[in-house]
Amino acid sequence: MYFVKRLAFSVPLLIFISALAFLLVHLAPGGPFDRERAPASPEIERNLMATYHLDEPVWKQYLRYFGLVWEKDAGGHWHHAPASFDVSYKYRNHRVSDIIAQGLPVSMTLGALSFGFALGVGLPLGFITAARRGRWEDYAGSFLAVLVVCVPGFVVAPVLILVFCIKLNWFPVALWESPLHMVLPMIALGLFFAGKIARLFREGMLTAMQSEFVTAARAKGLGENVLLLKHAVRTAILPVVSYSGPMLADLLTGSFVIENIFQIPGIGVFFINSSINSDYMMTVDLALLYALLLIGLNLIVDFSYTLLDPRVKYE
Amino acid sequence: MSEPTQQHFSPNQRAWRRFKNNRPAILSAWFLVILLIAIVAWPVILKIAGAHFDQLHNPNQLSDAQFSPPDAQHWFGTDVHGRDIFSRVLFGAQISLLVGVVGTLVSLVIGVLWGAIAGYIGGKTDDILMRIVDVLYSLPSIIFVIVLITTLGELLKQSHLVQNSPALASGLRVTLLFVGLGAVSWLTMARIVRGQVLSLRTRAFVEASRALGAKPHWILARHIIPNIFGIVITYLALTMPAIILYESFLSYLGLGVQPPMASWGTLISEGVSQINPIRIYWWLIVFPGGVLVTTLLALNFLGDGLRDAWDVKGK
Repeated sequence: MYFVKRLAFSVPLLIFISALAFLLVHLAPGGPFDRERAPASPEIERNLMATYHLDEPVWKQYLRYFGLVWEKDAGGHWHHAPASFDVSYKYRNHRVSDIIAQGLPVSMTLGALSFGFALGVGLPLGFITAARRGRWEDYAGSFLAVLVVCVPGFVVAPVLILVFCIKLNWFPVALWESPLHMVLPMIALGLFFAGKIARLFREGMLTAMQSEFVTAARAKGLGENVLLLKHAVRTAILPVVSYSGPMLADLLTGSFVIENIFQIPGIGVFFINSSINSDYMMTVDLALLYALLLIGLNLIVDFSYTLLDPRVKYE
Repeated sequence: MSEPTQQHFSPNQRAWRRFKNNRPAILSAWFLVILLIAIVAWPVILKIAGAHFDQLHNPNQLSDAQFSPPDAQHWFGTDVHGRDIFSRVLFGAQISLLVGVVGTLVSLVIGVLWGAIAGYIGGKTDDILMRIVDVLYSLPSIIFVIVLITTLGELLKQSHLVQNSPALASGLRVTLLFVGLGAVSWLTMARIVRGQVLSLRTRAFVEASRALGAKPHWILARHIIPNIFGIVITYLALTMPAIILYESFLSYLGLGVQPPMASWGTLISEGVSQINPIRIYWWLIVFPGGVLVTTLLALNFLGDGLRDAWDVKGK
């Protein structure tokens, strides 16, 4: 019931986001054709503006974005005006949906790989540092985790490129063609989150190991390894799960920089460019897409949380 | 020996004693102090050390010594225009830290006010204010910062006021960064302050004060604010690295500070643009990146130290 309510709530939320984004992009003075003006006459520009309905008031453009405008044609008949959300001013031969269809799978693959990498490195690291608490493994591992959290992707990525691509020549420098191309971007994007997860998981493990149900199990004579693996892990994973919602959001935006450095044809580059070029519809489309992904992923995360922790009940 | 057997300390004194015993936190504090001194002193040193020294180290002084590796003259080497990287890193630190500090203050003001009002008034007001925070949490905030900065940046570029004075333009742009980054970073602060205020409001000493006829502003100033001081300071220390990271992220993408101004993000991005398979200019990335990472690390250790000192529980 709770999730149905949240699902229903996300519809007005998305409408609100689209309106906000629409207003923001139209705040900018001039239009999307300002930068290519040089040879064009004022008439041509006016024509372009009229073709894309940029001369209309913002509210009408907003309705048109969703295809909610009906117009009278020359013969006096009402007909439905096509929705404008699929139009790109910059890439006039393409539709935005085509660009998304091309770029999104790439960005999603990168995000999924990095997510896997972050879990695959972060969880074992967190486990080891918690299990060997106070020994050198703990200090080394914990320091590593903090260090990695403080190194942004755009510092990791060039260092990785310098070492592994140029000096050692193990990996290709850029582009997105074979699995070999994906290794370094995955590490560069995922390393930060691996550190975060390791810290969260360690903290969760330590809290769990001090809790009463573990003491009870220990009193019954269970060995430390069984306690760690069977009892502590189950509660320590919960903070990691609830962190993965915001983490997925940061993975999506973090990939802007990584895509830029490795020249990966993902969707992030298009978002930045459309925003700089006042490619209004595309900016709003992509902002909406990110919001949609974020809301959806958060819902999934919260839902899986209830499955993992029966104590949690959403009202 | 008239020493009392038991000394009494205020919570702040106890926190300070715990903090002093935390070696990483103290080391980090010293690092930050030294960095601050270097940032302030370096321009003065350039002024008084004579023309030759200034010629060599002025961050905007072009020279023929392109891409010279680190040596006795240029401690961090030089960039594509023969500019001294050491100087550029220190001058870039001014912008990066300024954005970090002011952005954090913006988030402090909004977050504390929002959280304190929600927590203290309670009821319907609390519901509405915290619901807004929940909604904002689920928005892809950095997306909105990017759209905001590009559109308002365009607005700045075209207004007459700014066209006459480039200094004012870049100043306004940095202000935009403060406000934009501060405006999306206050959510956690608001939640934490609200939780604290909510629990403090019902404590016996506050009840007593109210029973004695204290006005709300007296209770807030005398009882509530001093008691949330520790937790607020802690979260400030943890918000600042996040904002510095955001700033360098945006500047890396070319959306933050604009040349000739430089921040750590733009310096790293310049270094990345010089990556080529023939010659490795590692100092262009390693030094600005290293200083950025060390600063973030220091701020994180400081924040963790403060959290332990005040015994702040995680959110």
